[in-house]
Amino acid sequence: MRSKDRPRYVLTVDHLRGLFDELSDQGYEQVGPIFRDGAIMLEKINSFDELTLGYLEQQDKGSYNLDQHPDAGYFQYSVGPQSFKKFLNPPRRKLWEANGSSSNFEITVPERPAKMVFWGVRNCDIEAIRILDKVFLEGAYVNDWYQAAKEDLLIIAVGCTHPSKNCFCTSFDSGPMPYEGYDLSLVEVKDGAGHHFIADGKSDLIKHWLNDTEAQLASKDDLEIASRTIEEAIDNMPIRLNPKEASELLKTNLEHSHWEQVASRCLSCANCTLVCPTCFCSTTEDITDISGDHTERWLTWDSCFVGDFSYIHGGQIRPSTRSRYRQWMTHKLSNWYDQFGSSGCVGCGRCITWCPVGIDITEELAAINDNPVGPAKDKKSRGNEKHKGST
Amino acid sequence: MNGSPWNPVLYKVSSKSIENADLLTFELDPVGDEAIDPIAPGQFNMLYAFGIGEIPISVSSILPSYPTLVHTIQDVGRVSKSLIQLPVGDIIGVRGPFGPEWPVAQVKSKDVLLIAGGVGLCPLRPVIEYILDHREQFGEVNVLFGTRHPDNIIYHRDIISWQSDPSINFQITVDHAFPSWRGNVGVVTHLIDKAKFYPENTISFLCGPEVMMRFGIYACLDAGISEDMVYLSMERNMKCAIGLCGHCQVGPYFTCKDGAVFPYTMMKPYLNISEL
Repeated sequence: MRSKDRPRYVLTVDHLRGLFDELSDQGYEQVGPIFRDGAIMLEKINSFDELTLGYLEQQDKGSYNLDQHPDAGYFQYSVGPQSFKKFLNPPRRKLWEANGSSSNFEITVPERPAKMVFWGVRNCDIEAIRILDKVFLEGAYVNDWYQAAKEDLLIIAVGCTHPSKNCFCTSFDSGPMPYEGYDLSLVEVKDGAGHHFIADGKSDLIKHWLNDTEAQLASKDDLEIASRTIEEAIDNMPIRLNPKEASELLKTNLEHSHWEQVASRCLSCANCTLVCPTCFCSTTEDITDISGDHTERWLTWDSCFVGDFSYIHGGQIRPSTRSRYRQWMTHKLSNWYDQFGSSGCVGCGRCITWCPVGIDITEELAAINDNPVGPAKDKKSRGNEKHKGST
Repeated sequence: MNGSPWNPVLYKVSSKSIENADLLTFELDPVGDEAIDPIAPGQFNMLYAFGIGEIPISVSSILPSYPTLVHTIQDVGRVSKSLIQLPVGDIIGVRGPFGPEWPVAQVKSKDVLLIAGGVGLCPLRPVIEYILDHREQFGEVNVLFGTRHPDNIIYHRDIISWQSDPSINFQITVDHAFPSWRGNVGVVTHLIDKAKFYPENTISFLCGPEVMMRFGIYACLDAGISEDMVYLSMERNMKCAIGLCGHCQVGPYFTCKDGAVFPYTMMKPYLNISEL
């Protein structure tokens, strides 16, 4: 059934509480936004009432603030520093362990991830998961953990009604309203008249549950209010970049002087890559216990801003911040198309909010766009370079 | 093992031979029934030293006795040092084979120009072996090898046999030499004058330090070899070798899966951009 032909329901908080409990009974681990350390974080939760309630946020370049507000609902903010990638491709996970010594060892592989439910997934994060699917599932080799985590994943999406100042999902094809890639999607409506959710159930499990709730069908008025809140969200997000043009622009501006200018501000701290919902770079760590006969191989998130990321014997390929920022931005906005057929950016704005010096990727792009140098010169005139030796 | 590309297959060190002060060649045989797929010239494996780590190493010879693997390892870091210190009988984890091949088996009746710098000779040795085994498929065959010093020369026995083989033109040069050295001194690109080939019918493979390859490519192009007949082998940091860790990117390419062997036409826009 096509999305627009499906019936929409009006769900109450109690309905969702019931769904939570039912999914717990079915053995799902549940993950959702909670308030912790002054931010809205994504954590495993054991009860529906652990979800954030009553917070509004303010984001700006390099700044993030939450305010409690009696009228605010569960999902009336945009995105916090974390994304759901931390559950699909964990920051640290054991690849395998080996016991023995170099003269004889055996390898054992840990268990698969549990089946999970994600609560409150914005369309930018759904888009990010779709992009990670291309990276981890559609190439010659598969990230087996990610694949297993995705198999039984249930996504409860929310229409994003309160985008932040740093959001620019409308610059991509996505926008704030989920249109696919979810099991249940909710638009939260909280006003003087009450607090409810306009719901669209997509997967069979959810459709059956919706049926059993005997929830009311949404009226024309309900639907209109829901779509108006989304339209307002869209109106609040100016278009900040043209992804296709950006991709072409960056290809021919690898030697632009602006990279140096960004580097004078960038701390090479890697925050942008950690908060980015699509950044997938990782490294491996080998950890051996003191006896020397037990060793573990771990996969951990890594970042192209980290010094030894590009290290090969003799030195780093990218020792300068200029080259690291260029790598990050050209990967996100340009090379990603060549590699995976889509943008690597979804316009969630996290990298802008969580940059300690407030670097805004869209502004840096605009600066290059305002003054492009054009195609890189073919340096076949190799006057500046001296051939020192053959090895 | 268990279907995951992250899990190595265990191989035993069955022999070791010393190439020079910090280079060793290993022969590896599977410990159990499981072996990796047959490897081809230009491909590489990830080699794991117990408790230390894993590094990408090209195949340096292809023996008819599959599944025996041959890898030449240079002592340049923590993992490579651990690997070369392993005694015969110890175990190395192997994942692979990865990356495209040198397109040597696809070449028919072309002249061949191989340019190697230092340990860049290792990934090209299987190409030379293939050519000698299928000599009738090729026209003139030239191997130009440059290394730092006569002490850095590797594969002595092979080199002696290649030098005395009239069917290939093997040339060697060093950057610096001791007084008794009677051979060439200078950069490897100078040897191109001693190579015999018809440029319009020549395929060239280069492997060595990036700066050497860059000038080697210019020398090939200046000699009239067409751009799309030039191939090179890139080196980057690799953690996964399966296109998932992001470390080995050069522009839009992943060195592990799009390379390490690249047609020059793919690398051309990126070779001259520093710190890419």
